[in-house]
Parts: sequence; structure tokens; C-alpha cells
Amino acid sequence: MSGDIPSEKASLDGPAVPDGGPALRPNPLAHLPIPFQVVDYAERGVHLDASVAPDQVVAVAGELDKSGFAIDTITGVDWLAEGQMEVVYDFFHPTQRLRVAVRTRVPREHPEVPTISTVFPGANWHERETHDFFGIRFAGHPDLTPFLLPEDATYHPLRKDFNP
Amino acid sequence: MVKEAPSSRAAGRETFVLNLGPQHPATHGVLRVRLTMDGEYLVEAEPVCGYIHRMQEKMGENRTYAQFLPNTSRIDYLSAMMYTHAFVGVVERAARIQVPPRAEYIRVITSELNRISSHLVWWGAFLLDLGGFTPLLYAFDDRERILDLLEGLTGARLTYCYYRFGGVCNDVDESFLRGTRAFVTHMRPRLKMYRDLVTGNIIFQKRLKGIGPISAEMCRRYGATGPVIRGAGVAYDVRRAEPYSAYPDFDFEIPTYPECDSLARYMVRMAELEQSLRIIEQALDRFPDGPVMAEKVPRVLKLPAGDFCYAVEAARGRFLVRLVSDGKDGAYRLKLRTPSLSNLSLFGEASQGMLLPDALAMMGSLDLVIPDIDR
Repeated sequence: MSGDIPSEKASLDGPAVPDGGPALRPNPLAHLPIPFQVVDYAERGVHLDASVAPDQVVAVAGELDKSGFAIDTITGVDWLAEGQMEVVYDFFHPTQRLRVAVRTRVPREHPEVPTISTVFPGANWHERETHDFFGIRFAGHPDLTPFLLPEDATYHPLRKDFNP
Repeated sequence: MVKEAPSSRAAGRETFVLNLGPQHPATHGVLRVRLTMDGEYLVEAEPVCGYIHRMQEKMGENRTYAQFLPNTSRIDYLSAMMYTHAFVGVVERAARIQVPPRAEYIRVITSELNRISSHLVWWGAFLLDLGGFTPLLYAFDDRERILDLLEGLTGARLTYCYYRFGGVCNDVDESFLRGTRAFVTHMRPRLKMYRDLVTGNIIFQKRLKGIGPISAEMCRRYGATGPVIRGAGVAYDVRRAEPYSAYPDFDFEIPTYPECDSLARYMVRMAELEQSLRIIEQALDRFPDGPVMAEKVPRVLKLPAGDFCYAVEAARGRFLVRLVSDGKDGAYRLKLRTPSLSNLSLFGEASQGMLLPDALAMMGSLDLVIPDIDR
């Protein structure tokens, strides 16, 4: 497991700083083709946050995989008023003090993003769960049958227009 | 040792499907694993989740923050303190509430006591899985002391709702502090006895050594954390990686074992018991005076709009809460990322070609809590 992150500040061997320390400046992942914004960890709980186009998520996950990141979780947010679904990908680094989030938005009528389970096998269950709860389809996913919901479930309970 | 499954050599050989669960006692809850077997060997293992799914995340959306707080101790019921900590943490981060040092120290002490009691349940139940009955009785005897201490402080024995946004709901008394110190003194010789009774046992060692290897790379690709990744030699611990609360004040080690097998994961947890005692002892030695609640925390909290995360090191690994607020008095979206789900997700790959009893030993070494997976 090796990450080529040129930042001594982020190393886990350094002294522990409360609240993850100050915002990492400059962006330690600036060498990657990912549009990361540096955010204040103490305020937000992540160091870097990026919004990308839906067709970019596999390439972004591939870059983070090469940099030694681990898959943290994947989830959705239903922005009903804006007619959009957001998919949020979280990653953590096992040996560096670095937390990143990547997000993308898809139209609500056609919520589909490519799967990243080809890059991180751990994404498989998180994507299945996101499909359960939001009805977001992950193109290329090996098995989008209900994961936590009953096997005959046809509803998506975390959609904001869901009425039980 | 993992042997190559005979099936991989003779494709097309007859296999059969075996359902493990949904109520097999070795799974401590309602987990089901659909196993494709070639004789005694696993060809494929597919965990089937959701039997006790409660839609905690939806409950997080249709309650106020304070109303949802008691739910957080019912996800991983063995790590109730740490889970409550993550939720109050994310709300405090969003509302910019400064928690007084005394409250942070109380949180650290109670969280570490909770970690010890969780590891003791795992220790007893794991050995039960392996066929040893007596260790469970020793473990529950010691755990009882922790439950009594925490009951005196919080009023609950398992599903604590002791932390509040801005602190803890009541101050510790003399009897809790005295009792906690006495527990630390009591527990050290007990840990030595555990080692003498169980860890050094040759039958036990042969049952786990080299069984169920989970590499650091596999942990990374599946997001496995806690004792699973530390048993693969990686010193990843949220208390170090994303320091929170008063943890930076204390001197403690992150135990790691590089062997990647079930024994390594066992050894990590045994070493963590000792480290938790160290943290508690230091916190008691330097216990600060002062208030246990932040001033002026409104009864009805409205958080600013935004997206906030807070992670803690629970007994099973990384627990992350992501809170999306739209400025109202409850969450617009509340994501609960639980360690048991990620730790179990690698089971299908890791168990391929294993003997069934070895796979069960490996599953025990993952320390699964099923409501933590299903939420």
C-alpha cells in the first residue's frame, strides 16, 4: 500500500493535532487531475472536496486508488427542489491524514452513474444500498438487487417524495 | 493455511448450496450467508443482509437532532458511547459548539470503558464460536463491573444516551471516579490471566494461525477498518488519523500485527484492552475541573445549511456520520457509515477456498454486530 502524496504534514507519524489540524494548503493532491477544493477540516470534517461530472467518477476513483486511498462510503442526497440526485463518494487514506469527498449530480428523472465497483470492490455494497434507498442506477454494477430492503421492494424510501 | 479449493482445479465438479443462518448461533444476530460448497470447502460465500434493517437514516431525517440522539446507541449496541459521540460531534461541528475540557475527558473515559466492554463481549463470544465455553463467563464477569459503573453514571447498561450536544448530561461523581480507578487496577491482572488461559493455548493458536488472511491491500479496496486493518499491519486508527475530542492529550499506542490472519486480529484487540486502560488512567490523572456542558446551547438546534462529517474510532472501526443540513431543526440527509458493513463486505473474497469451520473462525475474528450492518 503506497501513496505518493508529497505532504509531510499529512503523515500519520506526526504529532496529533486536535480536529485534524488546519486546512491543508496547498492541496496535497494537486498533481492529480481532480478539481479538489481545499476546505477547513475543523468546520467540515473533510480536507478536500471535489464536484465532478457523472462520467468522470470512474477515472477519479482510479486516480485515488493509485494514490493509495481506501473506499469509505458512497451515498446519495435527493435534491427534490432542484430536480437532481447527488451521489457522494467518501475516501480515507490508511496511512496519511487525509479525507476526501467527491460528488456528482445527475438528473432526477434519469439518475444513473457508472459503477466504481470495478475499481474498489468495496463499492459494490455501498452502491447497492444507494440504489435501494434512492433508486440511483449504477451502470455496469454486477447486482443491483435489494441489499437491505425486502427482496420484492420496488420503492426508494430516502427519496423526498416517498410516501409509505 | 488456506488450501486451494478442489473446485478451482476440477471445474464443473458437483457443488451444493448451504444456507448459513439466518439464525446460526455463530453469527450473533440475524445474518445469513449463502454458501456454495464443494464438500467442506467454500467455493463462494454471499452474505445476505437486511433481516433487521430499521431505516435508521430515514428516522434521522424525520426527527429533530435531539429526538434522533437515542437512536445512535442502537446501531452498534456494543459501541453505544462512540456512536453517540459521532452524532453529537457532527452536530457540534456544524453548530460550532465548543465542548468544555471536562466533558471531553468524561467522553474519553466512558468511550474507552465502552470499548473494553465491547471487546470483552467479542472475546467471550469468539471463543464460544471456537468451542471454548468458560472464557465467556470470565469476560462477562469483568464486563459486569463496567456496566455497573456506567449504569451508575448514565442510568443505562447498554444503550447509553449520555452525551449531549455541548457536553454530557450530568457530571461524574466520586464513586464513579473511584470505581473506574479500581476497575483499571482490577483489569490488568485479569488481562494477564486471559493471556495465560487462552492466548497461550496451543490448540487455540493452531485454530487461528494462518487462517483467514486479510491483507492490507484487501482492507483498502473494501474499506475495512478497526482491528481488521490493524491486524494487517496498518496503524490506521481514527483517533490518530482524524484526531477528535481529547484524544490528542493522551499517550497511547496503536497496536498492529502484520500477520494478517485471524490470530493477528485477536492479538490486536487484546492489546487494545491494555491501551484503553492506559488512556483511562491518564484521563483520571489529569481530570480537569469545570463545567460539563457548553453554555447557551439552544433547546431546539437549527444547524446552518451545509454538509458536515464526523468520524470516530468505534470498537469495530471507523464510524462516520455525514449530515446534510438545509437549515431546519432536523437533518436533510443523515448517512451512517458503519464499520461492520465494510468489514463484512470482504468476506466473499477472503473466504474463497476455505474450509467451513475456518471461515467461521475468520468471521468471528471480524467481530460483526448485525444491527450495525443493517441499520
